[in-house]
Amino acid sequence: MTTAAKNERNLIELADRSVEHLKKSGAKEAAVVIGRGRSVECEIREKKVEKLQESAAASLSVAVYADGRYSGHSTNDLRWEKVAKFLDDALALTKLLEPDPFRQLPDPKLYANRPTMDLGMADGNYGALETSTRKKTAREIEDAALAGGANIQSVTSFFSDGWGESFRVTSNGFRDREEYTSFSAGAEVTVRDGDKRPEDYWYVSARKLAGVTDPPALGKIAAERALSRVGAKKIPGGSMDILVENRAAGRLLGFFLGATTAGALQQKRSFLDGKLGKKVVSDKLTVTDDPLIAGALGSRRWDGEGISAKKMPVLEKGILKNYFVDTYYGRKLGIDPTTGGWSNLVIEPGAQSFDALVKSMKRGIVVTSFLGGNSNSLTGDFSTGIQGWLVENGERAFPVSEMNLSGNHNDFWDKLAAIGSDPWMYSSVRIPSLKFEGVSVSGA
Amino acid sequence: MDMTKGPASAGGENDALAPITTRYGVGPEDIRRAMEAALSRGGDYCDIYFQHTVSNVIGLEDDAVNRARTAIEMGVGVRVVKGDSTGYAFTEELTPEALKRAAATAAEIADGTASPIPNRFELKSGGRYYPADTGWADVAIAKKMGLLTDVNQRLKSQDKRIVKTTLSFADETTEIYVVNSDGVVRHDIQPMTRLVASCVAESGKDRETGSYNLASRDGWSFYTPERIERLSQEAVRRTLLMFEAMQPAGGEMPVVLGAGASGILLHEAIGHGMEADFNRKGTSTYSTRLGKPIAERFVNVVDDGTQTNARGAINVDDEGNESQKTLLVENGVLASYLHDRISAKHYGVKPTGSGRRESFRHVPMPRMRSTYMLPGPHKKDEIIKSVKKGIYCESFSNGQVNIGAGDFTFFVKTGYLIEDGKLTRPIKDTNLIGNGPDVLSKITMVADDLMIDEGGWTCGKNGQSVPVSQGMPTVKVSAITVGGKA
Repeated sequence: MTTAAKNERNLIELADRSVEHLKKSGAKEAAVVIGRGRSVECEIREKKVEKLQESAAASLSVAVYADGRYSGHSTNDLRWEKVAKFLDDALALTKLLEPDPFRQLPDPKLYANRPTMDLGMADGNYGALETSTRKKTAREIEDAALAGGANIQSVTSFFSDGWGESFRVTSNGFRDREEYTSFSAGAEVTVRDGDKRPEDYWYVSARKLAGVTDPPALGKIAAERALSRVGAKKIPGGSMDILVENRAAGRLLGFFLGATTAGALQQKRSFLDGKLGKKVVSDKLTVTDDPLIAGALGSRRWDGEGISAKKMPVLEKGILKNYFVDTYYGRKLGIDPTTGGWSNLVIEPGAQSFDALVKSMKRGIVVTSFLGGNSNSLTGDFSTGIQGWLVENGERAFPVSEMNLSGNHNDFWDKLAAIGSDPWMYSSVRIPSLKFEGVSVSGA
Repeated sequence: MDMTKGPASAGGENDALAPITTRYGVGPEDIRRAMEAALSRGGDYCDIYFQHTVSNVIGLEDDAVNRARTAIEMGVGVRVVKGDSTGYAFTEELTPEALKRAAATAAEIADGTASPIPNRFELKSGGRYYPADTGWADVAIAKKMGLLTDVNQRLKSQDKRIVKTTLSFADETTEIYVVNSDGVVRHDIQPMTRLVASCVAESGKDRETGSYNLASRDGWSFYTPERIERLSQEAVRRTLLMFEAMQPAGGEMPVVLGAGASGILLHEAIGHGMEADFNRKGTSTYSTRLGKPIAERFVNVVDDGTQTNARGAINVDDEGNESQKTLLVENGVLASYLHDRISAKHYGVKPTGSGRRESFRHVPMPRMRSTYMLPGPHKKDEIIKSVKKGIYCESFSNGQVNIGAGDFTFFVKTGYLIEDGKLTRPIKDTNLIGNGPDVLSKITMVADDLMIDEGGWTCGKNGQSVPVSQGMPTVKVSAITVGGKA
């Protein structure tokens, strides 16, 4: 047996043994997850390796249900005698808490029919990747960025990758393993602009090494983006049109979706309470949670509780179709669980390219990144820093910075005027560029 | 939890490395061999960081303390430095072989012939900035549950409109040993605790939420009756205030920062930009400004690891350097960067005790500890009176900065409009954005009422989180962009 196979067998046995131990000691139910992984990070700066880090980690986490009570625990000390004591302590502590009648493992029916298709989560050749290749790729990225000209102050390029596996075993019949890999590469570039040092970055991220294509292009784009920040200034605010670039747009949607969880609803912390089946955003917006896309960064065969993964509409032509409901808050609310958290969020693209959307703007700001800010998921109020560039008569004018975008989700999304044809592929949120008309921007 | 204190004899030798054996199962000879492996390719420096952390959280929701989470984390990180380059590896498997393997991996950053390891290791004592009455292992869960039940009653009984409360109580104990190739061994036990109270209130069809929290590197005695009462009162007051509050009209205006948590402005506007790794690379907006005037003469900013029981206090840093109080701005002049070992060597200065890391899984970097402005010549009342139309900021949730461009933001949870020199209507949920050096030059008044915020702040940088503190006297910034309705 290979070492890898032996480790795999050892870990699933440790998970089985942990569940058995808890049951024998008096737990009503238990769920054990063991994760193990390794990763390498390589950073190049000024033609030298700035940082080379190798990590190997493993941990065991357990959910204990006993005497009508519940608690969760984790340890990274996987020697059995230590694990046994850890489990005993976990069980003893659980029994000291106050009861919670809503805690239980998911109905095992929800584990059934887990997808068996290959979701392209793991690169079978991960083990063959050499550090010399990592360095070479990062150097190519650096070289291309440095070619951006004399105004470049600093380039840090990187290549990082990881492999992991996870085992989940529960006392009510779930027992499965998932394996995944990830690769990302890119650069951060800082340029000179008087005393200022504006920066930007570019990267790709993929499940398989083959997804890291054309390293020099990554460096080139990072440099171009950083150089385009030179001379940024703030302009007077007002009610304006904005075009949020695909790379940045996921943050806005994330703000909104914070209010779609059953936990937020049950705790009365959601502005979307009572809105199921109602129109809550522009009818241009359709969002689907799709865990079954081969090679996508958020794909999975089961969710965090072992519930079999399936496609779920979230927003359909502006109508709220589903909340994200886990077993616990579902029981508290008296509704069936869907899934506790999203996998891949796919936003239905529109017809116009990013460039066409820019052309369509008379005067407005293309938002290339957000800075800080927050969103109140109870009231829907949000406010966040923006930077980007000004568009006048469909043409790029100059870079802008130090401005804020504010609004309330209850009416902000009605101002969505167009969706681009350019979904961002390097995140589990596949969102195209979004154009809004007449939103509140403040500045000079 | 069993704690090893001070050197003990092992293997017939009175050795500063011996106490490590008890917890980590590797003896003095194993550590020496690992250090040899780490320096086998000619690294300039190496450190081996041993960490053991036990953390506990209990939570109250819907009037019952019915959830808990514990975590045990232990491991060893080995770092090798060659010039400005770093090799790093860690192991969670605590055997001599695994430690040596991690060391050999980290060694690969260098490619020359072996450097020698020290003949002798000496255990050096650091500061004692967080004396705790008892260890967290000795505080029974029943006591913590009783505290949450008590706070819950105080929240619920204050006002009928409070319909939901959530509380969480966290405690953590970390023990570290740092062994470095200068022959220095450091040992530290770092307690931490935090209590968060959060409320939802309902009034007719409207709902609002608010919260307050307490945090400290301390033991159970931190939770005095006065603190508990303040937490309970403030959590409710901040929630109910939201019913009257609105997002302000946006634009550039004078802003008064209330004493305490407003230190978030310093953290973002100057603290990060003064971390020397950015300056070494020339990627900070402060890279070219050391020794230059940057603010009025009454502006003094420090980053301080030595405040008793502060969340951001450290007895020693995570590379084994003494903690200290570092002046970032002295009489308006940019005085010193925050250094770790690499940047200190680069600049030819002493480390400032700012080399911190999230855990044994991470490399140390220059980081803040407790960042605050020293008191100034003005009074709070005269500052507010001086503003015709602006806002007063009271509580905050988060902030961020672009180090190079210098643009930074901080999010205001609660505050007030200032109209004709008086606080009037409450405001809520708005983001402020400014540029670091520009905003520092626009600090026109500083009051004498410095307060260090008692809440729990966590600073993130390059994917690593560390606990920090911040503080501020009442301060006036003459103009900054406030988010809000157009």
